[in-house]
Amino acid sequence: MNLAPFIDGSYGVTVLFLAGIGALTFARYRRALRRLRAVETR
Amino acid sequence: MKDTALLAARVGKTGSWLHRFANPGRFLRLVQPALPWLAVLSLVVTVTGIVWGYEFAPADWQQGAASRIMYVHVPAAWVSMAGYATLAVCSFFSIVWRHPLADLAAEEIGPVGAGFTFVCLVSGSLWGKPEWGAYWVWDARLTSVLILFFLYLGHIALIRAFDNPAHGHRAAAILALVGAINLPIIVFSVQWWNTLHQGNSISFGSGSKIYITMLYPLIISSLGFYLCFVTIVGARICAAIMERRARGLLLAAAERNS
Repeated sequence: MNLAPFIDGSYGVTVLFLAGIGALTFARYRRALRRLRAVETR
Repeated sequence: MKDTALLAARVGKTGSWLHRFANPGRFLRLVQPALPWLAVLSLVVTVTGIVWGYEFAPADWQQGAASRIMYVHVPAAWVSMAGYATLAVCSFFSIVWRHPLADLAAEEIGPVGAGFTFVCLVSGSLWGKPEWGAYWVWDARLTSVLILFFLYLGHIALIRAFDNPAHGHRAAAILALVGAINLPIIVFSVQWWNTLHQGNSISFGSGSKIYITMLYPLIISSLGFYLCFVTIVGARICAAIMERRARGLLLAAAERNS
């Protein structure tokens, strides 16, 4: 049995999840920081 | 003075200590400077663990190369359970001491924990096919982890199900506390029932059944996943605090102008 698709699939899902949630969190954090700074300097 | 004494008596010694550290502003001041360092550290450790497991760790003599899935499956499973335990602790603080930070933390832990549980279920399913011949079996361990995933989803939905956010947080906190009973069921399911899922290979008390060349990458990968969880949840809580603060300032400005 060719095991590569199962191993690559597991690692693929994991890396996609970690990279995705990391990028989304970073974007949200920067957006919140920028918005707060803009509101505070009004 | 009387009010302060009354508050101290109501909150108690432990509650007072927690109130001091559960202040959102203080949390932001403490965590925000650490976030870039945490992000770099979690990235380095996770990449090391994943590359070590995928490329350099030895294959198991029985399972062959499929055992490499362990380096993402096991850490994801551990983090999903630790995440739920943290969620339950936050819910306890929220119900007993009504900490605003505990509510915020619980709200931000839910989606991250659900994501790690999803990764655990998918990688486990992909490991199950070559080993058991099926992607899914209604085994006690698999089913209890699926219930954990549903508990996370229920928590996420319940928090947002009420017009009054306080009611949502309270209902979700009760669900999280009741659902915590599932954690020992997950851990001991492989001992209490005859399961297709293998028993615990790692033991902190009585020695591990896993060889050292496989244990090291597993530990590094797990440490990386824990760091990722802490960093992501920390950043999400900071973002939520800043969003609330910005909203509060805008509301105050609108009230002043009206």
